[in-house]
Amino acid sequence: MNFETIIGLEVHVELKTKSKIFSPSVNAFGSEPNTNVSPIDLGYPGTLPILNEEAVNFAMKAAMALNCEIATDTKFDRKNYFYPDNPKAYQISQFDQPIGENGWIEIEVNGKKKKIGITRLHLEEDAGKLTHGDDGYSYVDFNRQGTPLIEIVSEPDMRTPEEAYAYLEKLKNIIQYTGVSDVKMQEGSLRCDANISLRPIGQEEFGTKTELKNLNSFNYVQKGLEFEEKRQEKVLLTGGEILQETRRYDEKTKETILMRVKEGSDDYRYFPEPDLIPLYIDEEWKERIRAEIPELPDARRSRYVKEMGLSEYDANVLTSSKEMSDFFEDAVNHGADVKQASNWLMGEVSAYMNKHYKELHDLAITPEALAKMIKLIEDGTISSKIAKKVFAELVDKGGDPEKIVKEKGLVQISDPEQLKEIVNKVLDENEQSITDYKAGKGKALGFLVGQIMKATKGQANPPMVNKILKEEIEKR
Amino acid sequence: MALFDFTIKELEEKLHNKEITVQDLVDESFNRIKEVDGEVNAFLTLNEENARTYAKELDEKEDAAASLFGIPAGIKDNIMTKGLRTTCASQFLDNFEDPLYDATVMEKLSKEKPVNIGKLNMDEFAMGSSNENSSYTPTRNPWNTDYVPGGSSGGSAASVAAGEVLFSLGSDTGGSIRQPAAFCGVVGMKPTYGRVSRFGLVAFASSLDQIGPITRTVEDNARVLEVIAGHDKMDATSANVEVPKYTEALTNDVKGLKIAVPKEYLAKGVSPEVREHIMNALKVYESLGATWEEVSLPHSKYAVATYYLLSSSEASANLARFDGVRYGVRSENADNMIDMFKKSRSEGFGQEVKRRIMLGTFALSSGYYDAYYKKAQKVRTLIKNDFDKIFEDYDVVVGPTTPTPAFKVGEKTDDPLTMYANDILTIPVNLAGVPGISVPCGFSGEGLPIGLQIIGKHFDESTVYRTAHAFEQATDHHTKRPQIGGAK
Amino acid sequence: MADISKEQVKHVAHLARLAVTDEEVEQLTEELGAIIHYAEQLNELDTDNVEPTTHVLDIKNVMRKDEPREWITQEEALKNAPDKKDGQFRVPSILE
Repeated sequence: MNFETIIGLEVHVELKTKSKIFSPSVNAFGSEPNTNVSPIDLGYPGTLPILNEEAVNFAMKAAMALNCEIATDTKFDRKNYFYPDNPKAYQISQFDQPIGENGWIEIEVNGKKKKIGITRLHLEEDAGKLTHGDDGYSYVDFNRQGTPLIEIVSEPDMRTPEEAYAYLEKLKNIIQYTGVSDVKMQEGSLRCDANISLRPIGQEEFGTKTELKNLNSFNYVQKGLEFEEKRQEKVLLTGGEILQETRRYDEKTKETILMRVKEGSDDYRYFPEPDLIPLYIDEEWKERIRAEIPELPDARRSRYVKEMGLSEYDANVLTSSKEMSDFFEDAVNHGADVKQASNWLMGEVSAYMNKHYKELHDLAITPEALAKMIKLIEDGTISSKIAKKVFAELVDKGGDPEKIVKEKGLVQISDPEQLKEIVNKVLDENEQSITDYKAGKGKALGFLVGQIMKATKGQANPPMVNKILKEEIEKR
Repeated sequence: MALFDFTIKELEEKLHNKEITVQDLVDESFNRIKEVDGEVNAFLTLNEENARTYAKELDEKEDAAASLFGIPAGIKDNIMTKGLRTTCASQFLDNFEDPLYDATVMEKLSKEKPVNIGKLNMDEFAMGSSNENSSYTPTRNPWNTDYVPGGSSGGSAASVAAGEVLFSLGSDTGGSIRQPAAFCGVVGMKPTYGRVSRFGLVAFASSLDQIGPITRTVEDNARVLEVIAGHDKMDATSANVEVPKYTEALTNDVKGLKIAVPKEYLAKGVSPEVREHIMNALKVYESLGATWEEVSLPHSKYAVATYYLLSSSEASANLARFDGVRYGVRSENADNMIDMFKKSRSEGFGQEVKRRIMLGTFALSSGYYDAYYKKAQKVRTLIKNDFDKIFEDYDVVVGPTTPTPAFKVGEKTDDPLTMYANDILTIPVNLAGVPGISVPCGFSGEGLPIGLQIIGKHFDESTVYRTAHAFEQATDHHTKRPQIGGAK
Repeated sequence: MADISKEQVKHVAHLARLAVTDEEVEQLTEELGAIIHYAEQLNELDTDNVEPTTHVLDIKNVMRKDEPREWITQEEALKNAPDKKDGQFRVPSILE
């Protein structure tokens, strides 16, 4: 029997407002435990939630970027469950009136485009952080409690773990562009749970699904789903039954491991939050937020191809991170040649970042400096080879490319008289090469160019060297 | 005459004329507490050292400009007081020595400089109508200590009635200010929902709770509400509506006032004695130039069921935070997390609290939500509409506060439903969110006070006060004092 | 609507994280049954076209500006904790 895989993803994204969603505490990552807390975050008796307007704006922005319809009437509900990191024993969330619904994003896998539906996007509060000590106790830090969170639930539209990976990449990309979140999985500002089930091809009804948790990277999401896909297939082929389970992906064994079997559905006893007033989002408010949404990656990519003449591939790579894409545009605005700027960013700049585990904003080079350097290459002040030296300086220490070139004496030698002198000196010292060249050994020319470059410490203008060299050989 | 037989306004004059000092007033409070509180049990925590220090400070430094300057006050123990133990009369919070912050009402009060004498007894987490659900020694009625003071703000009403403080704050979810005020012969106001900030009031039922003052006179009551009312950014349900000068509404003029008297409020179940006092009160109003007519609140008979479903549901979530992680008493008998939750809560909560958490959890649970919780929310709409309709034609609704005067300790503890039925006349007011006051309107054959309830339109506390004040000034019920510890 | 069973009472107690003895289950089954039975009088009313009331006042869009504010210290945060260590709240292991 052949099976079809059905995958749906639930993604949680922390919003980077200055303060928390329901309290004025600082919203920050990495502080000392229990320092960014207030009586509200600690669920002290008598405290009440007060809604942060910016959290609503951010959620709307994300929802719009994901092509969701925005609710006009929306509200908050209490989701009741006991857990040590859940201080009120209810999470303020949205149940039946999410802020966004019926969205979609487009993914591309192996050259094929596909729309993945987004069922809903709702706003809620994050919980505190529970860690387990070696001493048999657990420890709670409530700094994260009350961080604004959006939950994005996809339709079960993905058919392969690869599609799930592409969906996550795309989702992250879009949200990053809106600027409402850092979307850093390693800091937990983006988290993902995956639902997967199998059904015999041709069957309409979904099979029983399992839920994967603890997926700490997009890679693990894909690996976990791949494992789970095979595991479920094996169970089904041997006449077994899939149980509604929660499983986690073990990074060491590369397997999914049972956490718990779900008995029926959890009874969260949702009811409307009486401490918060309903929201009425009118057209004016929606339009105001819509106007704040920057150009999104798809639009940018197509502009790069259609208007700037970049290849699909280059446009893809450049727009895959908003930071890279912004840097690129900035450099072009400072006069850099489009193709050159793109090559430098995808080449030297990316290589440097990968080698040093750095991000663009960690580098000392500015878009303006890159643009200037490219212009220096174009007007022949420096050669591409010299440019690499300039770049090495710029990326580490920053500064003005022109100054660097001057101070380090890296200006290209393009004076024909000066070059003629050097060329003749090299020819005098290498009579044999002239003979070889005239006998038809092309290699000899390369050797001579090399000698000239060596003599000028690489500063000779290469096209001119070629030209003058040939002319001078002819004269002999 | 004891010092607390004067109104706040009169005491203000005496302080101003240096006839008395704030320390005299505070002495009066603590002396009276020493004298009678062994019997009344109105206080759970005394703030004596701070109160005396503050009184001295006020006498030395300040002039009597603030509107509650130097007035001894008691605070219901479900209102958060920074640095002062707040227990909600629950064993769960027995060790809750410092709530870390002040309720908004405490911040507002402190600007007008009353002296906080201490925290007042109540039914645990405000769940009850007799104070018998306090996990400490329950408060008794100062008029006759065989009787209950009412609840849940029993300590708030009894402390004022017994002359231990001049005013107190209570909270009212289904009658918890008005019913004990009626039982103890004092004035208790539940303001419009949204009038007074709930920030710092330990939530019982968030959509119904309101803080309000309990005093000996209507004038004092209006004076205190003026201070604690008003919009608060820390409470999203607090209304951004201007607070009028309530004391200026006390004109003694009710000529032409149109009073509605719901027939359901004088129906069987209301004792003949109570009915008689209400009829007498209506005659007083007639003599003052007001008119009254019988009307109907057709859905009021469903109010008790509606209330218990809604308030218990909200309470089941509101009280879930008492889990033993961040504050309160943690069970020492637990070895895992779930066990810790269960044991801490079961050891910390009393019977009635558990019963209501159970009811609320059930009403919200999967498969029952629509039939119970949502149904009750819909009936709430009908009850609210009843009031809206009446207020199209009338200025106030008048009736008894309770069907009977105070009952005996232990009389209704066996059957929760009998106890709940006692709140039938106060509950609709909370469900509709309108303001309601209870003022003394006479005494039963056994010498127990009877309360007259006056209900107004949303945010129209002024008319409620004016109506209550006119009656009070035309009668002398409010001048009567319980005999406990000698007439005071 | 039916009466509440002992099993339901036990389930509800678990949801509410209340430990109940057999005796309490017995009593609660009876008491809750009576209250629920009493509450069923609401079914006399046709509420098909009635909107539920969550908020008695008709207010909308109450929000605050995104302005952070210092409030309490770590020491205060932990002040009332039954058990704490190294700036954190300590609880029994969540593993049973």
